[in-house]
Amino acid sequence: MSLSAAVFCFISLMIIVFGILTVRTSRIFRAAIYLLFTLINVAALYFCLGYEFIAAVQVVVYVGGIVVLILFSLFLTEQSGTRLPEIPYRQALVSYIACIAGFGIIYTIILASDLLPSGQEAKILTMKTIGSKMLSYGEGGYILPFEAVSILLLAALTGSISIAFKTKKNE
Amino acid sequence: MNEIPLHLVLFVSTTLFFTGAYGFLTRRNMITMLMAIELMLNSVNINFLAFNKYLFPGKAEGVFFTIFIITIAAAEASVAIAIIINLYRKFRTIDAENTDSLKF
Repeated sequence: MSLSAAVFCFISLMIIVFGILTVRTSRIFRAAIYLLFTLINVAALYFCLGYEFIAAVQVVVYVGGIVVLILFSLFLTEQSGTRLPEIPYRQALVSYIACIAGFGIIYTIILASDLLPSGQEAKILTMKTIGSKMLSYGEGGYILPFEAVSILLLAALTGSISIAFKTKKNE
Repeated sequence: MNEIPLHLVLFVSTTLFFTGAYGFLTRRNMITMLMAIELMLNSVNINFLAFNKYLFPGKAEGVFFTIFIITIAAAEASVAIAIIINLYRKFRTIDAENTDSLKF
């Protein structure tokens, strides 16, 4: 087994273990920390696949943004040491069976399908290419989704402020 | 990296997706449900990048889809947390079972 295969196996194991810990732990604060480790390992997997830019975006947006947001909201709504209530046995069993069955079906389909490469020449995707394609309106340009996403982000920003805004009583 | 078969990468992403689905089905706390959704979105991102890397190495569609999914996930998380904080103010809990009235 070569070094890159060993690294891949290690990262995959970490992703799966921390992902399961995220949904199984009974302490909510620990769940957020396990989620942080899962996301960092996903970024490492992107790095292994050769997409350094996406790995950097993953670290900045997910680890630096979303997990911190989740931690802040945890501090606002719960005590950090609270334990979650025990999951009812029946519900846990049914969900477990449903997820195992879904996994079995999807993975059987993946193994049965012949995922053939298209045989194109591999192209190194630099940050410059990504930036110029993102703002180009020619063939294969992404200016329209870029603008749509910028409007969406503005709407999400103003929306979340107006939802979370505290209205004073008796006014 | 090319000696690793594609279905191993897909194994990781499928496992992560169904882990998230399990968390979404069993958890009743809204913030942990949000965490489960983030896990599922991440598995989708892994899928997009793996297909782009192994099947269409000359194109960049998977990369752009991943960037947009990450952006939309950030927007979704901020709106969801605003809603959760507002719910907490009214119900003093963020358990999905107890927040059961539409108009307060």
